[in-house]
Amino acid sequence: MAFLNFLQPKNALEEGGRTAAPIHEDAGEPEKTCPNCHKPIPLSRLWANHLVCPCGYHFRMKARQRIAMAADKGTFRELFSELRSGNPLEFPGYGEKLDTVRSASGEAEAVVCGTAAIGGEACCLFVMEPYFMMGSMGSAVGEKLTRLFEYALEHRLPVVGYAVSGGARMQEGLLSLMQMAKTSAAVKRHSDAGLLYIAVLTDPTTGGVTASFAMEADILLAEPGATIGFAGARVIEQTTRKTLPKEFQKAEFVLQHGFIDSIAPRSGQKALLTRLLRLHKGG
Amino acid sequence: MDQIPYAVVKLARDNMRPTGLDYIGHIFKDFTELHGDRRFGDDPAIVGGVAWLGDTPVTVIAIEKGHTAKERSFRNFGAPNPEGYRKALRLMKQAEKFGRPVVCFIDTSGACCGIGAEERGQGQAIAENLMEMSTLCVPVVSILVGEGGSGGALALAVADRVWMLENAVYSVISPEGCASILWKDAKQAETAAASLKLTAKDALRFGVIERILPEKDMGKQPFYDRIAAALKTELDALSRDPDLIAKRYARFRGLGAVEESK
Repeated sequence: MAFLNFLQPKNALEEGGRTAAPIHEDAGEPEKTCPNCHKPIPLSRLWANHLVCPCGYHFRMKARQRIAMAADKGTFRELFSELRSGNPLEFPGYGEKLDTVRSASGEAEAVVCGTAAIGGEACCLFVMEPYFMMGSMGSAVGEKLTRLFEYALEHRLPVVGYAVSGGARMQEGLLSLMQMAKTSAAVKRHSDAGLLYIAVLTDPTTGGVTASFAMEADILLAEPGATIGFAGARVIEQTTRKTLPKEFQKAEFVLQHGFIDSIAPRSGQKALLTRLLRLHKGG
Repeated sequence: MDQIPYAVVKLARDNMRPTGLDYIGHIFKDFTELHGDRRFGDDPAIVGGVAWLGDTPVTVIAIEKGHTAKERSFRNFGAPNPEGYRKALRLMKQAEKFGRPVVCFIDTSGACCGIGAEERGQGQAIAENLMEMSTLCVPVVSILVGEGGSGGALALAVADRVWMLENAVYSVISPEGCASILWKDAKQAETAAASLKLTAKDALRFGVIERILPEKDMGKQPFYDRIAAALKTELDALSRDPDLIAKRYARFRGLGAVEESK
């Protein structure tokens, strides 16, 4: 039967690969192609793995999905959901843009705030929404975050926050710039009271959000491969006319330069947050 | 009749306008420059030191753009690096230790946009200034004298009083940047400048600044004397205020335009 040998696995690796991922199981299911390994991944498997590709690539995640991932089941209580930005500058097209984004994303604003338990530990939680104008910070985002830090101070709770943002929301002009100062002052008050703030920086965390509350945490974690920086890479390239290193502004680069504490893959995030929250409660 | 906003942007950028060092030289006496952030280096885009304002010792920090091509290049066109912001914070903490007020002059198109700036944590440096300035226990007055470019300007403007010269601008993004992002066309900067509401009058209307300083006799001694007199009066009042930090918190806490709906 030597002629059937070609059907046998040539080595253990190939065999392992086939058993781990039978090709037929997901036939017909919707797939997503990973921008990193370029392989199609069935959506069901992606969802079961918190939107992380088997190659380790972390896909963008909606705020509500993150809350479901990080908070203990049924513990999240949303706060300040009634707040939303107006159009103070009467910026052309902004009102319509907000309407469109609100119905497309299902969120009223680019951050979701509330209280939750993580591994049984009570905390305030904020999660920014990448599908709402790329998490840009306008008056409402600044106000919600400020109120959350004030609430956490009043109730002596730690704050856990997931950042994702393109920066300040230019359609709100100076008032969005002022949110950087406002949120920073609220973080400072919370911090001066001896309370813990942990931030998880996700892809991308840039501009005025990096230059304010996102970078002001006691412990800074980042998801693998996340872009974290102040100025946009394309702008830097155009301004300096230099080719940027491949890993420029990636979480690993930022870690190497000493600006974050650790890289936290999604799979272990909740356990890590729980451990840190417990340690600070005991201290 | 008001000028169109983009004309004001051009005025704010004019290299004939007085720069940080001009203000320091004409308003204060015996300025001693203090260099370096004690971490990495000394940023020529930010000048800081101690001086006398009348009979009061003060800490002065100014973003310096330079006038001539050579000066402007040396000063990195007034675009500070992280070490500049860290030097400024070091000097503010020093001012706090010795109980003297802080005066900042701001004139920048924005924080430096470069590889080194990112490697050394531009975002972190600005963030730290915002946080620390919010509880600095000495009075801080910041004056925007030319361009107030986004986070790079705000990093020296978490103050008890923020003033703007008549033709200074203060904006979250440059009109060119805004136009190229929103309309993929930097040539629409004029429209963007109008939409961004970046003039001193706009800033006053939104409560972002307390006062507009007229530019009459700009560059001449009477112009500087007026600013000196205003600073003296203001710092004197602020120095006697026991609720300085709480009021500074409230000042920024109240900024924003938010709607509540169900």
